[in-house]
Amino acid sequence: MIPAAFEYLVPTTLDEALSALSTHTDAKILAGGHSLIPAMKLRLASPKYLIDISRISDLNYVRESGGQILIGAGTTHYQIESSTLLKEKCPLLTETAPYIGDVQVRNRGTLGGSLAHADPAADWPAAILAVGAEINVRSSRGERTLKAEDFFVDMMTTALQPNEILTEIRIPIPPQRTGSAYEKVKQPASGFALVGVAVQITLDTNRTCQRVQVGITGLAPKPFRAIGVENMLKGKVINDQLLAQAAEKAADGVDPLSDIHASAEYRSHLARVHTKRALQRAVSRI
Amino acid sequence: MKQVIQVTINGKPRQDEVEPRLLLVHYLRDVVGLTGTHIGCETSICGACTVLLNGAAVKSCTILAVQANKGEIVTIEGLATNGKLHPVQEGFWERHGLQCGFCTPGMIMAGVQILQRNPNPTEEQIREGLEGNLCRCTGYQHIVEAIQYAAQKMRT
Amino acid sequence: MATKLIGERIKRKEDPRLITGTASYVDDIKLPNVHHVAFLRSIYGHAKINKIDVSEARKLPGVVAVLTHDDIKGVLKPMPCVGGVPDMHTPEHYPLSGGKVRFVGEAIAAVVANDRYVARDALDLINVDYEPLPVVVDMEKALEKGAPLLYEEYGENRGFTWKISGGDIDKAFQEADRVVKLRLVNQRVAPIPLETRAVLAQYQDRGVEGELTVWTSTQIPHGIRTSIAGMLNLPEHRVRVIAPEVGGGFGCKVDFYGEEVLIPYLAMKLKVPVKWVEGRRENIQATDHGRDQINYIEAAVKNDGTVVGLRVKVLADMGAYYQLLSPVIPTLTGLMMCGPYKISNVSMEVLGVFTNKMATDAYRGAGRPEATYLLERTMDAIAAELNLDPVEVRMKNFIQPNEFPYKTATGLVYDSGNYQAALQKALDHVGYTKLREEQKKLREQGQYVGIGISSYVEICAFGPSAATATGGWESATVRIEPTGKVTVLTGSSPHGQGQETTFAQIVADGLGLTMEDITVQHGDTAVVQYGIGTFGSRATAVGGTAVYLALQKVKEKATKFAAHMLKVDSKGLVFRDGKIFPENNPEKSVTLTEVALAAYLAKDLPPDTEPGLVATAFYEPKNFTFPFGTHIAVVDIDPETGQIKFRRYVAVDDCGNIINMLTVHGQVHGGIAQGLGQALYEEVVYDENGQLLTGSFMDYCIPKAHHLPKFELDYTVTPTNVNPLGVKGVGEAGTIGSTPAVVNAVIDALAHLGVRNIDMPLKPEKIWKTIKEHAPKKGPIIVA
Repeated sequence: MIPAAFEYLVPTTLDEALSALSTHTDAKILAGGHSLIPAMKLRLASPKYLIDISRISDLNYVRESGGQILIGAGTTHYQIESSTLLKEKCPLLTETAPYIGDVQVRNRGTLGGSLAHADPAADWPAAILAVGAEINVRSSRGERTLKAEDFFVDMMTTALQPNEILTEIRIPIPPQRTGSAYEKVKQPASGFALVGVAVQITLDTNRTCQRVQVGITGLAPKPFRAIGVENMLKGKVINDQLLAQAAEKAADGVDPLSDIHASAEYRSHLARVHTKRALQRAVSRI
Repeated sequence: MKQVIQVTINGKPRQDEVEPRLLLVHYLRDVVGLTGTHIGCETSICGACTVLLNGAAVKSCTILAVQANKGEIVTIEGLATNGKLHPVQEGFWERHGLQCGFCTPGMIMAGVQILQRNPNPTEEQIREGLEGNLCRCTGYQHIVEAIQYAAQKMRT
Repeated sequence: MATKLIGERIKRKEDPRLITGTASYVDDIKLPNVHHVAFLRSIYGHAKINKIDVSEARKLPGVVAVLTHDDIKGVLKPMPCVGGVPDMHTPEHYPLSGGKVRFVGEAIAAVVANDRYVARDALDLINVDYEPLPVVVDMEKALEKGAPLLYEEYGENRGFTWKISGGDIDKAFQEADRVVKLRLVNQRVAPIPLETRAVLAQYQDRGVEGELTVWTSTQIPHGIRTSIAGMLNLPEHRVRVIAPEVGGGFGCKVDFYGEEVLIPYLAMKLKVPVKWVEGRRENIQATDHGRDQINYIEAAVKNDGTVVGLRVKVLADMGAYYQLLSPVIPTLTGLMMCGPYKISNVSMEVLGVFTNKMATDAYRGAGRPEATYLLERTMDAIAAELNLDPVEVRMKNFIQPNEFPYKTATGLVYDSGNYQAALQKALDHVGYTKLREEQKKLREQGQYVGIGISSYVEICAFGPSAATATGGWESATVRIEPTGKVTVLTGSSPHGQGQETTFAQIVADGLGLTMEDITVQHGDTAVVQYGIGTFGSRATAVGGTAVYLALQKVKEKATKFAAHMLKVDSKGLVFRDGKIFPENNPEKSVTLTEVALAAYLAKDLPPDTEPGLVATAFYEPKNFTFPFGTHIAVVDIDPETGQIKFRRYVAVDDCGNIINMLTVHGQVHGGIAQGLGQALYEEVVYDENGQLLTGSFMDYCIPKAHHLPKFELDYTVTPTNVNPLGVKGVGEAGTIGSTPAVVNAVIDALAHLGVRNIDMPLKPEKIWKTIKEHAPKKGPIIVA
């Protein structure tokens, strides 16, 4: 319940934050704190320095620019959930947000914080993979942009370097005739995903699949794109049977997690069932 | 190193020097002396510690007091105005929305947030909105009715 | 005519302080210079402790003491167990263990510091040299030869064997047409009151006559006082125990824990107030667990569904030590093994087993949910085996309404009942016949719908003292103050039940007053006469009766005063609307306030009458009470994933007369939620190394609002003649009735696949696997 002692730094600009991060070893970035503070209370994390970036106002926004939606890393889950811009232009995110934690958690937790924490059962990674997002990170030496699928490296591990801060998520605005859906089976105690499947699919007027992206969380040590599913659908005329067949590939080639809440076998099964259901719902929305 | 924070709690401004690691809930309970906000777990699940921070329901056990600096906090003690219960408080009393009372302050604050955002929620929306608040006594049914009571009252 | 309050929906008197955040639970009480305790607890399920090095922790600024077993050895006595059974091995355990630890979470060192953050920091500075030992967490394995032993000196992990029987069990099995067998696991669950345990102690040392005050979150403040006095060799009258606001108990606070003696001990030793507030992880590790039985059931049945005999072997997991009542809990399963049925020949053997886990003890229902679970699952298994409707099997075996009082084969005397009426009412409410037709249709379409019935009778209102480990009576004082306002003191210290309201209703009705005229006090041993506590659905039936009896006494005296003042005969005087008057002459009245004032001013006393208007009653019940009812759950199962959805949940309970409809509803709702939690979500899981895998709310799931259906409640009313109020008790009914209803519903949904049992908690994965195992082999079988 009680974190170990630390020094607390509150930069008001990103540059100050980056400079603090490069100066102090054993420092952690604090955004909403809803992944980090619980870990600190259990003393699973005991950083010497906390750099609170929540006072940096230019990390908190949702806006449209050049065919993309840009979301500041410090934007809270609730801000995303209630964004009319996202609801119109990228509804997969507004559909996913209410599945995260609970009302109180969504009021504080941030998109950037969740992605940087990379919990294998978090919801955002599935959606971020499905919308084909890019992730912008900065250090005092410069910035770089990563594809979502390159960002997640392993369990609780991302491509972020110790001196980098995740600053922005960039999402291409989906074309016409795109449907999306998020399906989640909750671990009943924690509310995290036993399996979460996010789908974004674009069909042409002949119902041929132009583009499809399937992001899956909860199943494997890291969230991933279900390439096997996507490949079965791309360029094909979509029908229910094909969706079901494609969904069978959802757990192919992954090393599924297993714990007291669900075995690897059941998680894989859920991934297949809910991939099918997510695909069906996404297609029905076109 | 201790830091100075300035907050407004239930309408009253105050300033305190706190250790950065001091959790907001401990600040409220042990420093400010507002013990209506409770602690029921260590993992941000139970919601007994729910308060409003800048108008949003938050779990005060998962926020450092320093993060609340410059913020406006409303706790259960500040919900009634001029001795008149908030409709959600009233609903909990009218509809027997509590038994041991330990989850109740957090539950009421969550109820307040639900109705702020949706003045006419369905039963299902109320139940979903209470995902972050555990009660072991009531089976939630009377809590749902309490929030429905308040919704009705606030609409009329 | 004054409003009759008994039986109404009365808003609770407790609530204003609870909904405004002004109530005080233990941790809300702030004393100057209070010091905080943090416990270091074993990280091993079974280990020898070679050495504990606390020297670094002692050096941390702010730390005033660090204690280990060596510091309390010879000073504190071992913790008591009053719920013993004959011929049991009774291991000693202490507030701080030394030498050997036997479960994860066992306290081995206590840090006292001037700040709770510092106390926590100091734990990280303690070094323990553990020597891990082989662990046994599985009861069946623990009984095998060669299993690791928790106590070498016993040569076995069996703690005790307890037997009960009635009739001629061997003959019953000879005469049976067939034998239905089941092995059921009633898994270990955690009570999880939202307020964890907490203890605050202050010792005022006045040289010769010091006084110890202890605030603790308990259901039994007087029992705690006696225990602390005994453990610390203090005169009991100089120990004051206060159970302030208590944030739920559910049985786990009907105990006397090591912390409840160690914190007072530290306060006396260090001469500062000392506080300890349990964390939630500590709570799941080191506060009583419940249930944890394996039942091997054999039912001797006739082809028409009549149960002629029931033989059950029970393995009851005691964990590593006994807490206050541990061994006696499974004996309640034995006593109640006949349930609402006329089973004349029974036998049960209970083996208490030690394992490397936290102790089990009372948890809402305490032994009776286990009895109901094994019986109601057995009834459904019999129905399935004989291809009978589960309703038919129950109706065939029920005790008849005209057979009460009914003596069971286990020797209990059921006070009153009408089990058929409750079942029928539930069936009518849910629309049983139509539902069965719908179920048949939906099955043909490949949909899995299940209807689960659970008829129960429970034993409560503990109880006659001869049969209750803690003493079974209860006390009350009704004190009419000089202004006519009334203070009631009850020994039934509540923790959410609402006695301040229900007892006020009883007294207000009796004296013709309003709810506002009555205040009920409880929980402070300096204020309230000795009492027993709130557990076993006893508060209203035993505590309420004590109030009622004290009320009669004080009324009798008030009547004397009124008759004297009115110069009328005391016979025929009634109390109504704050006045006392002859029933046939309401004009000739005196107010209760006038009577009270006269009683205290004592200028003109009636003959042979003392001043004052106070009466105390100690009520010893002559029997237990036996509430009953039927719960019906209707569920849909997603054949593809095993996920369960509730369609309906109907409960018809009979708790005798009802004092407050609002709080009775609340008790039933909460009970169902907990029983449903056990059926579907809850389980304390230790791995084979004794590590607790469900140690926080991230992994231990108590039901959330959206996990639960809307409960549809109804009642039948069959008063008891055990007490003058005719009340039976309702605190545990929901927990007892619900679990088998839910499990029976799920099994029923899969019955056409040939599924006969799935052990709790019924997680979707288990259901999915069961469907997978059964469906391909047998195909969809349509049950006629």
